[in-house]
Amino acid sequence: MSAPVYNFAYLDEQTKRMIRRAILKAIAIPGYQVPFASREMPMPYGWGTGGVQITASILGPDDKLKVIDQGSDDTTNAVSIRKFFVKTAGVETTTKTNEATVIQTRHRIPEQALTEDQVLVYQVPIPEPLRFLEPRETETRRMHALSEYGLMHVKLYEDIARHGHIATTYAYPVEVGGRYVMDPSPIPKFDNPKLSDSPALQLFGAGREKRIYAIPPYTHVKSLDFEDHPFEPYRHDAQCELCGAMNSYLDEVITDDAGSRMFVCSDTDFCEDRRAAGHHGPQGGPAAAATKEESAHG
Amino acid sequence: MYVAVKGGERAIDNAHKLLADARRGDRDVPEVSLDQIDNQLALAVDRVMSEGSLYDRELASLAIKQARGDLIEAIFLLRAYRTTLPRFGASEPLDTGAMDIRRRVSATFKDLPGGQVLGPTFDYTHRLLDHTLAEQSDVEEPATAPAEAGRFKSVAELLAGGGLIEDDDPPAGDVGDLTREPLSFPAKRDLRLQNLARGDEGFLLALGYSTQRGFGRTHPFAGEIRYGEVEVEFFAEDAGFAVPLGSIAVTECQMVNQFTGSANRAPCFTRGYGLVFGQSERKAMAMALVDRALRARELGEETGAPAQDEEFVLSHSDNVQATGFVEHLKLPHYVDFQSELGLLRKLQAEFHARDAHTETPIQDAAE
Repeated sequence: MSAPVYNFAYLDEQTKRMIRRAILKAIAIPGYQVPFASREMPMPYGWGTGGVQITASILGPDDKLKVIDQGSDDTTNAVSIRKFFVKTAGVETTTKTNEATVIQTRHRIPEQALTEDQVLVYQVPIPEPLRFLEPRETETRRMHALSEYGLMHVKLYEDIARHGHIATTYAYPVEVGGRYVMDPSPIPKFDNPKLSDSPALQLFGAGREKRIYAIPPYTHVKSLDFEDHPFEPYRHDAQCELCGAMNSYLDEVITDDAGSRMFVCSDTDFCEDRRAAGHHGPQGGPAAAATKEESAHG
Repeated sequence: MYVAVKGGERAIDNAHKLLADARRGDRDVPEVSLDQIDNQLALAVDRVMSEGSLYDRELASLAIKQARGDLIEAIFLLRAYRTTLPRFGASEPLDTGAMDIRRRVSATFKDLPGGQVLGPTFDYTHRLLDHTLAEQSDVEEPATAPAEAGRFKSVAELLAGGGLIEDDDPPAGDVGDLTREPLSFPAKRDLRLQNLARGDEGFLLALGYSTQRGFGRTHPFAGEIRYGEVEVEFFAEDAGFAVPLGSIAVTECQMVNQFTGSANRAPCFTRGYGLVFGQSERKAMAMALVDRALRARELGEETGAPAQDEEFVLSHSDNVQATGFVEHLKLPHYVDFQSELGLLRKLQAEFHARDAHTETPIQDAAE
């Protein structure tokens, strides 16, 4: 039994070509889900295999890779995926949003605006925005083909009738380039405005469901809503305890058994940059950035 | 400061070290060898090869050892390795009629050419724990008989000769491969069978069982189950003929199911087919039941039972996909949860602010 030798970025070149073709098709038809022959990756389905396959297919030796999960570079799965590419592609990695050429993400869009030189790769669990309204792929493909999106509007309307609000808080459906309704992956709807007219190319990969889709740069993306119930991004009304940011998405952290809690930036690079620039919140003195806990939170 | 922002990398490394330690267990107990797994846990190896879609006993044994005996994890390891291998093409169809039979039973005929061969089977053992196995055991040499030369037609072939069962001509053209092309619906039978052959034994067992209990009944008879070695041949373009690659052990099940017919076709039995690597009659039989159930529409039968629903069955049969997605719930979801918390708090605040007398409670607008 000889130890296997893997190609640059793990996938063989034929597989990369196949995936790149799917990516090109996805870019040509913004928001359309392109089926592709997703491979079995050495990490589990549902743990980012779609994003990993896209990243592996577009990565070159000169790229600088950033991997985030929940906005953070140091969550366990982000660490695992970053290590995978360090091992198989030997590319440089970074935690700095502005230094990265390829950013693979799960559940967040970085706070800092992206540029034309960057590609944002999303990990997608369920690519079909209509899936929970219609479980059959044969049906949903037909609905997309006919732009038959009434069911989605009825769902949003029912939310309003029942709760007074649209009750979708993440994976909030969008319409891309005036045509396809698309699942933006489970990002909080706070991030939805960043999808639209972004200078960066946005690629979405669903490995288990074998779909790739894309939002090309400068494409208009509209979050579905009604004239009398316009789309509202949600943000907890607080400031980051560490950097004092009033405009970033916040994680809630429970700090004791009595239910005390604090709010901190979900985007750790954004937060660190702000602190390095001298901003600070109630608990985050300028020195705090240097004394990060070595705590196992996996 | 409470926010654990760093440490993930070291935590992962340490967790993996701990895993390696737990895998080895007590150092005073001899380490299990791949040969031991291959020989003494042979049916686990068979299952891992089948659902891992890779016929390699040594690698499957390694996967079982590495996975600490977790077979789905072992299947996953084998699949992830398999996907890196080049694909040269498809073999010639196996001639299971020419199998070196180790076991062969038919439930439809008392005797038939080639006879009933029980072979190594748990059937008819009394399931009493055998305490002599707790220690080193002395095992007698088994009784053997000379292999009968010749090709033994399967029951389905015998029935086909009399026109009693539907034809089973192989489809024209290349067979599909769902590991190279994404599955789309409706799927042809070649892809359905490939999906079932890779599918989770437990899932197929439950679905097959459900057809027996009336959710898509097919009136099956186990026409024949055979297990043994068959030769694999590959058509070599350069040589211009099929060359043997070696033999593999497989279990084949041919179910004979209730007949269909129409105004212009005489009624005849229909088929359900199962084929798996190694010895696994449970899986081969369940596969054959589900294969037949999935043919309901093609045969003009009533549909609607879970086992007849192609999209439901084929989309959920893969245990590597299923375990990945179920277990991904372990990954952090705090960003989305935070969004939900925010909405829930808002809805609760609105609820409590309402005048209890004038306001109706939450109604289901969908009804």
